[in-house]
Amino acid sequence: MGLFGVGLMVLIGGGFLSLGLSKTPKTAAAVACFTAVGGSLLVLVGGLAVLCSGSPVEVRFAWHVPFGSCSFGLDPLSCVFVLPIAAVVAVAAVYGREYLEHSCRPSMIGVSWFFFNLLAATMLLVVAARNGLLFLVCWEAMSLASFFLVMSDYEREEVRRAGWIYLAATHLGTSLLLVLFLLLGRKSGSLDFDQFSSEPALAGTLFVLALVGFGTKAGFIPVHVWLPEAHPAAPSHVSAVMSGVMIKTGIYGLLRTLTFLGQPPAWWGWTLVGIGAASGILGILFALSQRDLKRLLAYSSVENIGIIALGLGTGLLGITHRVPAMAALGLLGALVHVLNHALFKGLLFLGAGAVQHGAATRELDRLGGLLKRMPVTGATFLVGACAVCGLPPLNGFLSELLIYLGVLAGVAEQRAAVSWAMLCVLVIGTLALVGGFAAVCFTKAFGAVFLGEPRSDASRHAHEVGPAMRYSLVTLAAACVLVALSAPLWPLVFRSAALTIVPATFRAETAAAAGRATVPLAAAAAAFLAFLAASGVLAAVRKRLLAGRRIDRGPTWDCGYAAPTARMQYTASSYTGPLVVLFRMFVRPRVDLRPPEGLFPIRGRYASQVPDLFREYFFGPVFAGIAWVASRLRWLQQGRIQLYVLYIALTVLVLLVWKLG
Amino acid sequence: MSNWLDAVLVLLMLTSLWLLGSSRLQACIRAVALQGALLGLIPLLSKWPDISLRLGAVAVVSMVIKAVVLPALLRRAVREVNVRNEVEPLVGFTTSLLLGIALWGIATHIAGRLPVDVPGLSPLLVPVAIFTVLCGFLLIVSRNTAVMQVIGYLGLENGIYVFGWAFAIEEPLLVEMGVLLDVFVAVFVMGITIHHLSREFDSIETDELASLKD
Repeated sequence: MGLFGVGLMVLIGGGFLSLGLSKTPKTAAAVACFTAVGGSLLVLVGGLAVLCSGSPVEVRFAWHVPFGSCSFGLDPLSCVFVLPIAAVVAVAAVYGREYLEHSCRPSMIGVSWFFFNLLAATMLLVVAARNGLLFLVCWEAMSLASFFLVMSDYEREEVRRAGWIYLAATHLGTSLLLVLFLLLGRKSGSLDFDQFSSEPALAGTLFVLALVGFGTKAGFIPVHVWLPEAHPAAPSHVSAVMSGVMIKTGIYGLLRTLTFLGQPPAWWGWTLVGIGAASGILGILFALSQRDLKRLLAYSSVENIGIIALGLGTGLLGITHRVPAMAALGLLGALVHVLNHALFKGLLFLGAGAVQHGAATRELDRLGGLLKRMPVTGATFLVGACAVCGLPPLNGFLSELLIYLGVLAGVAEQRAAVSWAMLCVLVIGTLALVGGFAAVCFTKAFGAVFLGEPRSDASRHAHEVGPAMRYSLVTLAAACVLVALSAPLWPLVFRSAALTIVPATFRAETAAAAGRATVPLAAAAAAFLAFLAASGVLAAVRKRLLAGRRIDRGPTWDCGYAAPTARMQYTASSYTGPLVVLFRMFVRPRVDLRPPEGLFPIRGRYASQVPDLFREYFFGPVFAGIAWVASRLRWLQQGRIQLYVLYIALTVLVLLVWKLG
Repeated sequence: MSNWLDAVLVLLMLTSLWLLGSSRLQACIRAVALQGALLGLIPLLSKWPDISLRLGAVAVVSMVIKAVVLPALLRRAVREVNVRNEVEPLVGFTTSLLLGIALWGIATHIAGRLPVDVPGLSPLLVPVAIFTVLCGFLLIVSRNTAVMQVIGYLGLENGIYVFGWAFAIEEPLLVEMGVLLDVFVAVFVMGITIHHLSREFDSIETDELASLKD
């Protein structure tokens, strides 16, 4: 806890220092970057120490606020989240220093770093807070810091819109959390986490409140609408932090709430599985129909949050039906995926930022051929893309494997009930479907950006990014491989965290089952090693065979034509076209088609875009309705201060008289 | 000391009425400064004779800020914009005074029903606190110049401060800090408003702001 506290102080102090130094942007960036990296590393060491020892620590300070107490603690569950937060923040800070130098006005650099460090510190405080009021204060500070970061480029209309959508979404979520904490603390009259308890009759309501309130931050469908707006709008290193770890604080909140609620009934597990399936399938379907690289990644985050929800749901079902292997593997899969998604999605967003930096656009149909021009970015993006698809030698595979094994354990255990087995098979089918779509989505993204010929002048003249950005990309890619190779370690490290959610009566069996999970993972890690070794050998053989021969390099794609143009290539949209058409029911592309006419057509036109289903058909109409009602009340707004104060005074008087009269 | 405390409270009430009845800005600033000085006396008198160092410091600091610093800021604002009188109040001065008396009735009515359970409390304290708050509201609502609205705001906060002494004996510092911060922000913001108003519209009547409504 000592190291953790010092790390937090360093983060916050560095933030304020860089704000004070904003007159000299270079110094401000250096100070903030250094403190962010140093602070995160301290926090990381502190978190690892608690995670390895398995014994929670807590500190408490006096705080003169009703119902508030300034108590912080670190237990294994918190540390599972501290780990990715600290890691991604450190890498993103190194990357951001170079990135902001080119993409941010010098006068704003100090401010941007202030909010970055503040976001990092508040995320850590959220997972360490042990009092409802303190949690909400940190939660709100985290939301506001990230809001200001999203608004970095506030001169652009669409960025401002994205910012407002994010702000509205996050506050609607927080309002539910306020109710949740008040209800949890009602019995004991205290908002301290260790005093929280729920009456059995209320547990269902509390679960739904937590699901929607925290789900809004995490990005469960249908409350995901802010993600595809806010992530593309923010600077790339901020998107990496927001998408990689900030949305995970929602998962943390949900897990923490589950520890207060006691034995979960079956419908909680099925609800989570259902939400996970919807988020997974719809998220990846929307992702593969996007044309903006960062928007695509944002939707892919929705998909991955869906996979985490599937894991959690499986774990809860395991607890309800007392199948230890299912409980342990489901929960472990979800927790490991939290770490994995932070690493590879952080990597992909940083890669997208590098592409934008190098080729000046994020439009898939204006990119192409960047692998030759940006080899490091391309190679690391490929690693990230393979990881996000859950392909074997990388970390994404591990967590999905754990969830698969968990569901299979459930099928094996309850062989008698056919309906149960069918439902489990449905979960497996969903996971497989999502994995397949993810492969389509990321072959599209990687193919359109890095392969083929450049589709615009900007991408023809693209250049590799500087050393700091390259190193951060390579670090995260290496972390993805390392996590995969150390696979058998993770169930043991995360076991105590998963057990905090399991009711005490069922803990011993689950712990044993979690210990057994190392066996298949060890086999997987051995296979990974063998694969890597085989690839190394093949590469060496290839090099040897090619030694001393002439190697020709020709154009990538000339399609048999004498003078091809880049516009003859497959585009990203045409690659996923068939799938989008197949799922027209959900994706609903808006097509503007003017086909060429006559024998000698001069012009034709085709444009398509995919609006978000839920924003278009649900949130849009609802908020338009609210705006209509509000506009009916415009007569209240006369523009006179006196009148406004009169409203307040009358309200106070009426309340006093009503209450006391 | 309860007689002295009651006398101070009655004076407080009278300064509120003075604020309602006066059209000259300088006089109103003087009244609100006097109110600030009286406020500083309340903690000293209600605790007499066992005055701790902290209590004394709080009383002195609040007196300096409320009776010297804030009125000085207001005087400077008035000098800069060169306005002497509240010319066209939305509610006339006589009517304001009559309304003030009605507010006193409401204040005593509410105070009588408010479940205040603090031993040794002067029976005048809560009614005067509520009355001061209501007068502040009335000033803000009924006056046109921004300076008078700032004064109304100060009066309102003074009332809350008195109220704070009735309830928050255990946590006085919290309330004090909150109130002082509020007042500071209010004066700061209104100062800027006054400045911009007089620059944009060549007057400090907040009615001009209505033209900004979209």
